[in-house]
Amino acid sequence: MNSIQRKLQADQKLLSIYFTAGYPKLNDTVQIIQDLEKNGVDMIEIGLPFSDPLADGPTIQESSTTALKNGMTTEILFDQLKDIRKSVSIPLIIMGYFNPMFQYGMETFCKKCEEIGINGLIIPDLPLDVYQEDYESIFKKHGLLNVFLITPQTSDARIRQIDEASDGFIYMVSSASTTGTKEGFGSEQQEYFNRIASLKLKNPQIVGFGISNSDTFKQATSHAKGAIIGSAFIKHVSKNGVTKLDSFVKGIRA
Amino acid sequence: MYNVNEKGYYGEFGGAFIPEMLYPNVEHLRQRYLEIMAEPSFKEEFDQLLKDYVGRPSPLYFAKRLSQKYNTKIYLKREDLNHTGAHKINNTIGQILMAKRLGKKRIIAETGAGQHGVATATVCALMGIVCIVYMGEIDIARQAPNVARMKMLGAEVRPALSGSKTLKDATNEAIRDWINNPVDTHYIIGSAIGPHPYPDMVTRFQSIISEEIKWQLKEKEGKENPDYVVACVGGGSNAAGAFYHYLHEEKVGLIAVEAAGKGIDTGQSAATSILGKVGIIHGCKTLLMQTDDGQITEPYSISAGLDYPGVGPMHAHLCTSGRGEFISITDDEAMQAGLMLTKLEGIIPAIESSHAFAIFENRKFNPDDVVVVSLSGRGDKDLQNYIDYFKL
Repeated sequence: MNSIQRKLQADQKLLSIYFTAGYPKLNDTVQIIQDLEKNGVDMIEIGLPFSDPLADGPTIQESSTTALKNGMTTEILFDQLKDIRKSVSIPLIIMGYFNPMFQYGMETFCKKCEEIGINGLIIPDLPLDVYQEDYESIFKKHGLLNVFLITPQTSDARIRQIDEASDGFIYMVSSASTTGTKEGFGSEQQEYFNRIASLKLKNPQIVGFGISNSDTFKQATSHAKGAIIGSAFIKHVSKNGVTKLDSFVKGIRA
Repeated sequence: MYNVNEKGYYGEFGGAFIPEMLYPNVEHLRQRYLEIMAEPSFKEEFDQLLKDYVGRPSPLYFAKRLSQKYNTKIYLKREDLNHTGAHKINNTIGQILMAKRLGKKRIIAETGAGQHGVATATVCALMGIVCIVYMGEIDIARQAPNVARMKMLGAEVRPALSGSKTLKDATNEAIRDWINNPVDTHYIIGSAIGPHPYPDMVTRFQSIISEEIKWQLKEKEGKENPDYVVACVGGGSNAAGAFYHYLHEEKVGLIAVEAAGKGIDTGQSAATSILGKVGIIHGCKTLLMQTDDGQITEPYSISAGLDYPGVGPMHAHLCTSGRGEFISITDDEAMQAGLMLTKLEGIIPAIESSHAFAIFENRKFNPDDVVVVSLSGRGDKDLQNYIDYFKL
């Protein structure tokens, strides 16, 4: 069993944190991961920066631009992560846009992930049909879960299709937005959360986008297995560097 | 075989590499666009607007002095005479009618030099629909007259502040707007790029160019097919339209002219067919200028309309399959060709189009060859560039 799947069976609600690798400093990657685990974070999305992150709002865009300026590359990220499993045991996911992985070569990329101990990938611009036709077998061969996104606009039929194609969790985008754009949840989200809950999907859902504090974390996880925080965490390290991660995490769990 | 297949690909290029947030809109468009375009009422409205509002058919003009100079028969397809000054309006008329039939109430667009932005703002004014145009902050500064035009037409021009603050980033911002406004908004993409069905839809709206060339050439030369069709290529919409009805006429040579900028090897170029590798940009798989690490790089050309790091997937396929001949032209060659056309024929071309005329210096044609050049836009917008370059 993949360690993401094991984690999903735990009783507690899961807190997952996204950060952009290479930000704020090129070599912060390992320390961020270690400190987040130490402070009780359940899962981490390591962002592979891209020059043109279409689905991201200003916060993650800027962190990506800075990370690339700092010199981050796919190769450097893999190098930083090569010994990560000696010190960290929680599930690690790489999240990034398709082109850098495509240039690296998907087979090589996945092989490298397996060697390091990466458990899954989130690739927002790799569509379901292309994944199934060209890449699913590679992911499986290297023990990687692929995580798909759904949004309030995704039809029930499409959600069922995505549920069928997933074997970990579904990344439930909370609202029609880019990352870090909207804060908090309104009645539209409640309806959406209820609709998804009523579908009784085989995969648990983890909510992302719009979660920045303990209130939104609670709201999101009252309907779902867990929540992902990205932009709010990027803002934290942008202001504080890789310090006070304990108070950030405590603030969410409060 | 050079048209898009049922899965949205031209050979290995194309597809729809989009985040799930865009899937409902793009899928809805994909399911409906051919059916809507085939509706008699759509065709009637489209044809009528092209005729009475745009001023089509655009003339096919035999350029006598140019032909003498290069000792071959050169015809100019005068897209520069369209309302708003370029071929761009063919597509925006089509897409605004499409948007209305899809029930959309708000239009977004990206623009580089501002030609597509103006063409979009124009049709939105015509239809009374809200229009927001994303434009790189740097382009806003260097294309002031077009920014003013868009504002007069009632559009809101929003600066793209991310990345390199040019066309690529304006496109990113428009896509992000669409993600944030998925229900009421239609995105009018200005070139034959983007996720399927955009490249095919834009190409079909622009295909009026080659449809007219066929009957116009028949009138003038007694045959529908020229020996060559020449067009400049940035994203590639005017070339796509000029080539469309000749794609499968293998005897018609298709010549795509790219911007070499300051030269292929200078690091300041937009010659995607030479400098690009297969990759994904703005939702489609195509040839793309990028680093070894898959980061998209910033192109350069004196012409803002050719200043795009990718090329439409149809053109990528024409290039790698050998069906199209790709030639790259430097800034200097293009500027000289623009001046040459002005002096010989009394036509000031857009700098984009000037690239197409520069090929005659080095690419030889036979005296009895019929060569049709797509004169995609007029040079009014580029006057400042011409003034600065030639110290007029």
